Amino acid sequence: MRQLYETQRAMRNMRKAAMQRGVVAILDVGTSKIACLVLRFDGPERLRDSDGIGSLAGQSQFRVIGAATTRSRGVRFGEVDAMPETERAIRTAVHAAQKMANVKVDHVIACLSGARPRSYGLNGEIDVQGAVVTDGDIGRVLAACDVPDFGAGREVLHAQPVNFALDNRSGMADPRGQIGHNLATDMHLLTVDAAAIENLLYCIKRCDLELAGLASSAYVSGISSLVEDEQELGAACIDMGGGTTGLSVFMKKHMIYADTVRLGGDNVTNDISMGLQVPAATAERIKTFYGGVVATGMDDREMIETGGDTGDWERDRRTVSRAELIGIMRPRVEEILEEVRARLDAAGFEHLPSQQIVLTGGASQIPGLDGLASRILGHQVRLGRPLRVQGLPQAATGAAFSAAVGLTLFAAHPQDEWWDFEIPAEKYPARSFKRAVRWFKDNW
Amino acid sequence: MQPLIARKDRTATRRDPAPSRWGYRYQRMMLTPVFRFWIRFGVPVLLIAIIAGVWSSHEANRKWLSESYAAIVHSVQNRPEFMVAAMGIEGADPDLSDQIRAVLPVNFPISSFDLDLDAMRQTVEAVSAVERAVLRVKPGGILEVAVTPRTPVAIWRSDDGLKLIDVNGAFVGPLETRAARLDLPLIAGDGAKENIAEALALYAVAGPIASRVRGVVRMGERRWDVVLDRDQRILLPEEGAVQAFQRVIVMAQSQGLLERDVAAVDVRNEARATVRLNENAVETMRQINASIAGTGK
Repeated sequence: MRQLYETQRAMRNMRKAAMQRGVVAILDVGTSKIACLVLRFDGPERLRDSDGIGSLAGQSQFRVIGAATTRSRGVRFGEVDAMPETERAIRTAVHAAQKMANVKVDHVIACLSGARPRSYGLNGEIDVQGAVVTDGDIGRVLAACDVPDFGAGREVLHAQPVNFALDNRSGMADPRGQIGHNLATDMHLLTVDAAAIENLLYCIKRCDLELAGLASSAYVSGISSLVEDEQELGAACIDMGGGTTGLSVFMKKHMIYADTVRLGGDNVTNDISMGLQVPAATAERIKTFYGGVVATGMDDREMIETGGDTGDWERDRRTVSRAELIGIMRPRVEEILEEVRARLDAAGFEHLPSQQIVLTGGASQIPGLDGLASRILGHQVRLGRPLRVQGLPQAATGAAFSAAVGLTLFAAHPQDEWWDFEIPAEKYPARSFKRAVRWFKDNW
Repeated sequence: MQPLIARKDRTATRRDPAPSRWGYRYQRMMLTPVFRFWIRFGVPVLLIAIIAGVWSSHEANRKWLSESYAAIVHSVQNRPEFMVAAMGIEGADPDLSDQIRAVLPVNFPISSFDLDLDAMRQTVEAVSAVERAVLRVKPGGILEVAVTPRTPVAIWRSDDGLKLIDVNGAFVGPLETRAARLDLPLIAGDGAKENIAEALALYAVAGPIASRVRGVVRMGERRWDVVLDRDQRILLPEEGAVQAFQRVIVMAQSQGLLERDVAAVDVRNEARATVRLNENAVETMRQINASIAGTGK
């Protein structure tokens, strides 16, 4: 745990340095595309400060000055599969975004969609040392959480205190300064495969960039596409990407569960490619132009030229009706949604007060998906598009960019995580100089 | 049929758009502000400085440069547009003109760049008869010297003869005889030149006795004496000399003071004017007094 704490703290410091420089890049490493946004921070808002949430949901302090996407190569299931290819793809995206922004970017905040995330609920309890709860108490209660054995080769990606309870009062967001004796906390811990993170880190390092933060794409797309009420009352965000479908459950403005299904839009494309005997690029084109999940009588008569491209252009003029296409796509989409349903059930989603489900991500743009999803997932389903942020190009405002946009919000206002609080002095190794310093600080 | 011309493969993926590693680094380097400034400004300046330094390190090059520069300057300066052919003197009488031409030895034609007008102006103004001079090169290549000559307002008698002086006491020119300029007042004495205004004021109020005034003399560098014919003197005070002189004139007019045999009228003491008589008059006065005394006995 110690090493993780140190690396995460180092990343936070890097983020601070990036804020000071005023320029930071956002990198969404997905299976089908890699998006890079360059943000310029103009410092805190000048007109109104700290009066609740600022204008434009507090995100008017930054501006997107560069945006680029590139076809992702070498990424499978949201994990780095072919390192040099991924590195080149990242380089392409960063290169183009830098060119648009006309500024050099040194710090990058990345998100990754795969790496088999796993959620844990932790709780810890301590006796408050003084009369009121201080920062140190919060650090101690977080340190007191009994960390489950999540196995070797796993790394903690997020560790967010979700709830605090002081004596018999629960559901506190911030107990600091309050009087009580017994402080308890619930913490949400998200672990991912360490190898996936290391590969991504290596790729980013090879591009001469410094990592200033790392997030799960299921989490950040939830930030951007769930509205405030949904985050408060309980909702699930389903980010249907190319290779993976991420789902994150929010409650009281905190993520309480995240998972991914290793199925996505690319599987649909593969099905079309195999079913219609066409190349993958053609299948992708057919899917985006004519795809759908609900067939009507009209679709039997709408013929699509597949353009077999076997070289025999004169005779190979195959066509396929749209109904057939829908017949190929629908089972796969249903499978994805059912898988998601299973994960939500496992997480106990039905116990939440509100069970809003928001579909986002590139694959959520299939016409008729919301109808199909409401039959599988429940009635409260809507299609979500990411929040509008300043300076974002029109082409990057679609559902496919919800993770990238969420990452900009994450960069601007990261949630307090475990490592943002001081480690209590007794957790330092004995005979450490830091421990002595902390002892002095605490006692004077 | 097998196509004879290779058809463009439409489905083939495009060329890898990724920049090369070095290309990427180059772009990042070019986006660094310091580096960009260095490339855009530092390197050209340095390059030019190096080339200029190497080139000028050869003696022959330096010589050629200075010579050709001088030649260009000379050829431009000696264009007919810049040549001055003559000098015109305005506002001076012929004598003064000759004098100015003598002190300004200019070999015409000359380029106007070679004329140091300021120095020439100072030279002209050094001529005593010139109060102020304005020099300019008029279009058409004429050096115009506009002169304001000094106007003599008085004659100053000094040890080495008569001199004409202007209102500031500056020397205008010598004078052979007093008779040559009877219109000008005569002043004398040390410190007279510095107080010409007062002397002129005395002359101005002389009025009825103006024909008798020979001149005014500065005594002891502090006060004036008015010298009349018949060796009469009027001794004026330091302060209020003009008023004192006016009082004397009034006395002279009302009592005929100056027609009498008086050597000097001393009004230095404001409260009491003193009259000094000549020797004969003193004798006569004694006799008159004696006779009065005798009759009185």
